Amino acid sequence: MANIVIDRIRKAFGAFEALKEVSLTINDGEFVSLLGPSGCGKTTLLRIIAGLETATAGDIRIGDRSIIGLPPKERGLAMVFQNYAVFPHMTVYENVAFGLRMQKADEARVKKQVEKAAGLLHIEPYLDRYPNKLSGGQRQRVAVARALAVEPKVLLMDEPLSNLDALLRLEMRTELKTVLQAAGTTTIYVTHDQTEAMGLSDRIAVMHGGVVEQVGDPVEIYNHPATRFVGGFIGNPPMNFITVPVERGHVAAGAEQLSVPQGAGDSVVLGLRGEAVALVPREAGLEMQVRVAEPMGSHLLLTGSIQGQPARVVLPPSEAVRSGDVIGLRPDRNRITWLSPESGKSYPPSAA
Amino acid sequence: MTNDRPWLPYALILPSVAFLALLFVVPLVQTVWLALSENGAPSLANIRTMAGDINFARSVQNTFLLALAVIPVQIAIALAMGTLVSKIGAGRETILWIWTIPLGISDLAAGMVWLAILQNTGYLNSLLFGLGLIERQTAWLTYQTPVALFIGIAIAEIWRGTAIVMVIIVAGLNQVPKEFREAAEVFGAGPWTRFWRITLPLIRPALQSALILRTVLAFEVFAVVYALGGRNFPVLVGEAYAWQNQNQNYGVAAAYAVLIMVISLAATLVYLKIVKVDPERLP
Repeated sequence: MANIVIDRIRKAFGAFEALKEVSLTINDGEFVSLLGPSGCGKTTLLRIIAGLETATAGDIRIGDRSIIGLPPKERGLAMVFQNYAVFPHMTVYENVAFGLRMQKADEARVKKQVEKAAGLLHIEPYLDRYPNKLSGGQRQRVAVARALAVEPKVLLMDEPLSNLDALLRLEMRTELKTVLQAAGTTTIYVTHDQTEAMGLSDRIAVMHGGVVEQVGDPVEIYNHPATRFVGGFIGNPPMNFITVPVERGHVAAGAEQLSVPQGAGDSVVLGLRGEAVALVPREAGLEMQVRVAEPMGSHLLLTGSIQGQPARVVLPPSEAVRSGDVIGLRPDRNRITWLSPESGKSYPPSAA
Repeated sequence: MTNDRPWLPYALILPSVAFLALLFVVPLVQTVWLALSENGAPSLANIRTMAGDINFARSVQNTFLLALAVIPVQIAIALAMGTLVSKIGAGRETILWIWTIPLGISDLAAGMVWLAILQNTGYLNSLLFGLGLIERQTAWLTYQTPVALFIGIAIAEIWRGTAIVMVIIVAGLNQVPKEFREAAEVFGAGPWTRFWRITLPLIRPALQSALILRTVLAFEVFAVVYALGGRNFPVLVGEAYAWQNQNQNYGVAAAYAVLIMVISLAATLVYLKIVKVDPERLP
């Protein structure tokens, strides 16, 4: 068990800067996701931590020991790969035992650890089989068991669920959370899937273009995105961004006056979660032209525009709104994020 | 579509089957018959003549020794080359291209190249003389210097035949996702362990193909040997050639040809047995 300090890590591939001074601290036993679209540098960062890639500059410490020059095996970590990388020429047992064998653990310890890890991941029936006989989900379990068997200080996971089908992914997600909570291992989890990151993580680091845009717990990131990118990337539907004019420190939303944070100029971006609104008479709120209304059963999804800007909102399934309607929406004051139209950064929530 | 015309696939492979039958199976049967008959009646006379010949035992011994010396070295060099080239980013294609040049040279030409190096007035002697290591021309390729002759032929064969092994091994290495080696590295395996416990088992199919191909070719070695040693270093194909052309005894030549085929087949079977490829244990 150990905390990890990532200190101003930079990585350049030729002229391309994959990571531009990334700093992040991960506490002992914490589950942190690196979340971002492909090409944001999240996998590169993970591979630098693993020792599979060399940083151009910066330092990484695990439990106050700098690991930046150490070979992977001296870093005390384990990794689960996107394509599992379960060795096809070894039985499941030997796969799970691999790390222990490399540590020259004695046979009794190997057996004990393999059985423990296999038990956690429910793969005892397959220990004598070869991985090719297993399904994707089972191979995934073998890969996780192999990582947990060495009782690593830090567990690194690179998109471990992305090769599974949707149903299995959900099942494995829940199970991973259970297993990792029980093991209490510090975990860094790379994913581009925001629901995975939200569901599993203690904290999420949202990455974009080689920088960490925001670090926080899932609810905080969802409700108070630090940047326009984060708001648009997290949540389904993504956050709505409507640029509105500011008059005497206020923004008019139909009958309502919303006060904007200090420092805002002539206009401000109103960041609004699709579900943080209530349906009101047309003239009493923000006016929305509904282009398409989609009844989803659990909710009603409306796509259209507010003040000529594209918007998506979610209403209770009982509301009777049809395609082509013009409706009024009252934003929940506590759930508004105000952003600067120039920098795309949000104003601190307290200032509102 | 093939459901209504079940004969279609057979019709499509018919030309190649007919071609093979005409140009491979028929001569093969003829050769076997030639070896095992005399004056139109079955006979072991040719086999007896072959086995009783003064050069027979030496040619068998030489061919096997050469195969034993050359194949392991070639496999080792090809593995080293393949591993090296897999670590290279830019210029990889160029290096592979240069390494495969010997593939494009006929084996007789390769033999002549090495003859130019190793003969009495060759480059090797010039170099050694220039360095003051020898005082006069030294002969390397005579029957009086069998060890030097053997080494010279082995080196020429290695130079000529390693590229094809490397091509197969590089193809095999490309089939192994890098995550396997990375996973091994993260879990504490050093470079040697990664090579022996991960890479080598995973390229078994390529290794098997390379071994079979290389061994079959090794038992067919001829032109390089002929260029460098003539009949000072008798090998099986060389003897077949001599019986065919100098002695005009087609029966004994055919007996040698059949012997070479039997040895090659046996070697192939041995490899299939020893270097087992279990599809269940492949990526």
